[in-house]
Amino acid sequence: MYETSYQRPTSIDEAVKLLGDSDGEGKLMSGGMTLIPTMKARLAMPTSLIDLRHVAELKGISFENGRLKIGGGTTHAEIKADATVKQHAPTLSYLAGLIGDPAVRHMGTIGGSVANHDPAADYPAALLAMGATIHTNTREVVADDFFTGMFETALEENEIVTAVSFEPPQAAGWEKFRNPASRYAMAGVFVAKRADGSVGVGVTGAGNAGVFRWKEAESALGSNFDGSALDGLSLSANDMMGDMHGSAGYRANLVKVVTKRAVASAKR
Amino acid sequence: MSQVSMTVNGRKVSGECEDRTLLVHFLRDNLHLTGTHVGCDTSQCGACVVHLDGKAIKSCTMLAVQASGSDVTTIEGIANGQDLNPVQTAFKEHHGLQCGFCTPGMIMTITDMINRHGSDLDEETVREELDGNICRCTGYHNIVKAALDAASKMGTPQQVAAE
Amino acid sequence: MGVEGIGAKVLRKEDRRFITGQGRYTDDMSVPGMKYAAFVRSPHAHAKITSIDASAAREMPGFIEFLDGQQLKADGIGNIICGWAVTSKDGSPMKMGAYPALADGIVRYVGQPIGIVIAETQAQARDAAEGVMIEYEELPVVVNGPDAMKAGAPQLHPEAENNICFDWELGDADATAKAFENPAKVIKLDIVNNRLSPNPIEPRAALGHYNSAEDHYTCYTTSQNPHVARLVMSAFYNVAPEHKLRVIAPDVGGGFGAKIYIYPEEIVCLWASKRTHVPVKWTSDRTEAFLTDAHGRDHVSDVEMALDANNKILGLRVNTVANLGAYMSLFSSATPTYLYATLLSGQYNIPAIYANVKGVYTNTAPVDAYRGAGRPEATYVIERTMETAARELGMSPAEFRRINFIREFPHQTPVIMNYDTGDFEATMEAAMKTADVAGFEGRRQEAKSRGKLRGLGMSCYIEACGIAPSKAVGSLGAGVGLWESAEVRVNPVGTIEILTGSHSHGQGHETTFAQVVSQRFGVPVDNVQIVHGDTDKVQFGMGTYGSRSGAVGCSAISKALDKVEAKAKKIGAHLLEADEGDIVIENGEVKVAGTDKKLAWHEVCLGAYTGHNLPDGMEPGLKEGAFYDPQNFTFPAGCYICEVEVDPDTGVTEIVQFVAADDFGNIINPMIVEGQVHGGLAQGIGQALLEGVNYDETGQLVTASYMDYAMPRAWDLPMFKVETLVTPCTTNPLGLKGCGEAGAIGSPPAVMNAITDAIGNNDLTMPATPEKVWNAINAVN
Repeated sequence: MYETSYQRPTSIDEAVKLLGDSDGEGKLMSGGMTLIPTMKARLAMPTSLIDLRHVAELKGISFENGRLKIGGGTTHAEIKADATVKQHAPTLSYLAGLIGDPAVRHMGTIGGSVANHDPAADYPAALLAMGATIHTNTREVVADDFFTGMFETALEENEIVTAVSFEPPQAAGWEKFRNPASRYAMAGVFVAKRADGSVGVGVTGAGNAGVFRWKEAESALGSNFDGSALDGLSLSANDMMGDMHGSAGYRANLVKVVTKRAVASAKR
Repeated sequence: MSQVSMTVNGRKVSGECEDRTLLVHFLRDNLHLTGTHVGCDTSQCGACVVHLDGKAIKSCTMLAVQASGSDVTTIEGIANGQDLNPVQTAFKEHHGLQCGFCTPGMIMTITDMINRHGSDLDEETVREELDGNICRCTGYHNIVKAALDAASKMGTPQQVAAE
Repeated sequence: MGVEGIGAKVLRKEDRRFITGQGRYTDDMSVPGMKYAAFVRSPHAHAKITSIDASAAREMPGFIEFLDGQQLKADGIGNIICGWAVTSKDGSPMKMGAYPALADGIVRYVGQPIGIVIAETQAQARDAAEGVMIEYEELPVVVNGPDAMKAGAPQLHPEAENNICFDWELGDADATAKAFENPAKVIKLDIVNNRLSPNPIEPRAALGHYNSAEDHYTCYTTSQNPHVARLVMSAFYNVAPEHKLRVIAPDVGGGFGAKIYIYPEEIVCLWASKRTHVPVKWTSDRTEAFLTDAHGRDHVSDVEMALDANNKILGLRVNTVANLGAYMSLFSSATPTYLYATLLSGQYNIPAIYANVKGVYTNTAPVDAYRGAGRPEATYVIERTMETAARELGMSPAEFRRINFIREFPHQTPVIMNYDTGDFEATMEAAMKTADVAGFEGRRQEAKSRGKLRGLGMSCYIEACGIAPSKAVGSLGAGVGLWESAEVRVNPVGTIEILTGSHSHGQGHETTFAQVVSQRFGVPVDNVQIVHGDTDKVQFGMGTYGSRSGAVGCSAISKALDKVEAKAKKIGAHLLEADEGDIVIENGEVKVAGTDKKLAWHEVCLGAYTGHNLPDGMEPGLKEGAFYDPQNFTFPAGCYICEVEVDPDTGVTEIVQFVAADDFGNIINPMIVEGQVHGGLAQGIGQALLEGVNYDETGQLVTASYMDYAMPRAWDLPMFKVETLVTPCTTNPLGLKGCGEAGAIGSPPAVMNAITDAIGNNDLTMPATPEKVWNAINAVN
């Protein structure tokens, strides 16, 4: 790791100021579960690290006006264990409990994951499928507009993910096929039957442009929320990622299989 | 360079280190607590697991300055004097270790697991939650047995406290 | 047997320090004034170094020194050696390419060390290493064994035409050809044994410390054989004279073969310490480990087996290309030859065998012994072929093996080995019973109803441990003897120290070796201390690898105990005024048989040291040493049965049951033996399902971290069903055969036989990743 300078703000305003002061060379760090390994590999060299773990405004889970809102600084372990999340979005709780390993879940946060937008991260698939909103210190962005590409988001400079919120789906399923080495998703699918009856299908780990919505599956499942509705569908290998762990063609198959299983497991 | 202060195994400690210093190196090099190990560069092997404010974390994936102000427990701090804790005892009784290198991380991870699951801990959960701890010697068979035995002795049922 | 003697489940004495974080591994060591090293390594698989410029690095914070191959050469540091000279079939010696510890003008694999930076902290050393500017002229690259032999392939070493280091054969070519003249059936199979990275969880490390005041050198290193390291560093590398060099291998966090070899890094750290007058510590990170720890396996073979009309094997012909990597590692020539082809008879009566092995250089990390070392490759060849033959014959795999088993011992195979004992049918029957093979069809149907493909695979392995005798291995090219040493020091109070040349890096010697002593004298294991791993404390010894510590190391201890026992009996007889022949030592007492006359063990020991009342002419003291040179290899054998369920939609294989029935001869501690089997099985299953070192065509290592190299995790493995049967080894005093590698040797073919059975397609290579299995399923549907 290259030498860096650590900073510990206690408010969003202070964090934004520190970030601004760093002239684009600073990095926000929430749990650090992706950033620190990246820095250890000398693939990132921020001159300053702005630790968001002590910003109280980023914490907390609430259910108000029919929407579940989760602070950006909430850890995967907190989301997994939280009674409100379990009540309104049990599938998201289940998803959070399968991210990384227990030690990673104790540090990693939903805000960090969303802002980093790793093409194999789990939350983006869920947020896309549920039609969630990403809250930042300056605005609210719907998930479809937020996740713009691999490791790319709509975040502007000096913008911090403060929370995500969504209307709990009627039913949802999450199925993850893990890479045998990294244990990240090779195909992770979140299926949500939304409150308005439409269906969202978010896919992570498989697409060559990052997390995506499988629109054909959404419309098929919208008229028949059953795995058999996908029988006639297929994904193009041209849109999939291929590597030593799985070719694009294999991933295209996986996405379909995993989607069916997510539908089969879907629950309130 | 930053001044870092924390409580480690119940003792207040402080020291100066570069901001890039990982918690594991601060523990090993500054505090000479060499029971916490480094086995990979990618936060996957779990040889470095310690407890930060009561929860298992990977000390290779946290800066020492990040942990400043926190309460850290390492493998050196979990026995009660000469009395081993139940997870340590179970590792010995079930031959849950061979070379011993992954063992501190395994014990810290499993202690955390039992803190969360209590005696309800089952084999499937143990195997799933050992995702971030790699052992090359044991084939995990005896580690799983040790975890389940320790859970039955240590945990109370339905101990699903907030994580 | 006493409660702590041979055969008892004694909890490990060494555990306490490990479970409390008090283990002392090499990276835990620090000495005053110690500085840190980082190596500058080649980013290219094959290139000429045109310039090295460390001027920027020298200006960086904390920089102390940079040294490269020129200085190393100027100081007369010798090239890395290979300890076994193999002769090609045309009588020519193997063609060894020069392997300097720091590159001399050309680099031949990614990660090859070029220079060392020493700095105040590890982080500063790594910063400065990055600041060393090197210019290269890239050369063409070859990574695959068979490709390296093709016309026009890039040439690695001027000595080795077509990159062939040796073209070696074993067995009777004519007799084998004859067996294939008129067979009832010939089974043919192409077999790939995938390249693996050993991955002990403790990365390699070295701390070199030159003390100029004493003109003395100390090297802490992650070694399985510190004496061999000292010998080689002094006699061949000229780093330090043997009598002034202390090598300490303290607690070592797993070896699996990877820590046998004396690598460039420890040589260079010790040399650099002398050059810079500071103690120098280097600790590998995991990516360096993937790049530079010797890899294992990497064979490509074609196999033919001839059968007669009664389905008995007539002959076996095997051609193998063994990828050696860019340079020869310490035992890299022996692993794919004498440790491989000599086991090609398996558990079967095969009248004629011929094997040809070509060892070839490629632009990859050196390949050497990894848990099993040659025997897993041989077992995979035979057991995949046996299963394939049974399927092609429409016979049950068990029945086909049964009619070909060796049943009379000793048995001389056509490939050197002489099996002393065994009962192959017994282990197979035991495994089949535990695995409920009879009920398998029912389970297969039940799985089918759930949409899963269930398969059963068997593997009946035999391996050879305790490589020996020294005279025989010497005649085959070994540069060392393969005996072991022991010294038994009985203290005046009756406690006992055992100094052993074996080295424990997870095997539990501190417990099992103490059990051997406890068995002999009836003293508690707590009164026995095992000392190992330090050349200043322990007499010369050969170390631990090849499952030799029981069969060879304990035999040396047993021999030394014989001498101690004889002397103690003489003293006891003298003190008790009895005939020496009537003295027995048991339960911590020295007794006159059939009487109530006795002395406590410690009274005899004290008597030996006071010297007040010893037999005339007897020297005082009670301390004896022994060197044990085995008469023969030992031959652990057994049967493994794997049952899998394959998900046809994803190709994922789940191991639903794994049964191991092993014959390790006598067993000192069943708990530790079971643990060794579990670990071996995990590595074998890892090879079959998950692991594979992958270089791209430019020689870049794709699997350079756990993000891409799939290590077996708890989730990947089942609870194992392990049992042992005993036919005691006839050629060593304790009847031990060895248990350290069997699991890794026997399991890969069992897994692959099970998967291919489940999916109905025999064309599948390791690791059987979900995609490969899915493709194989689709290929037959």
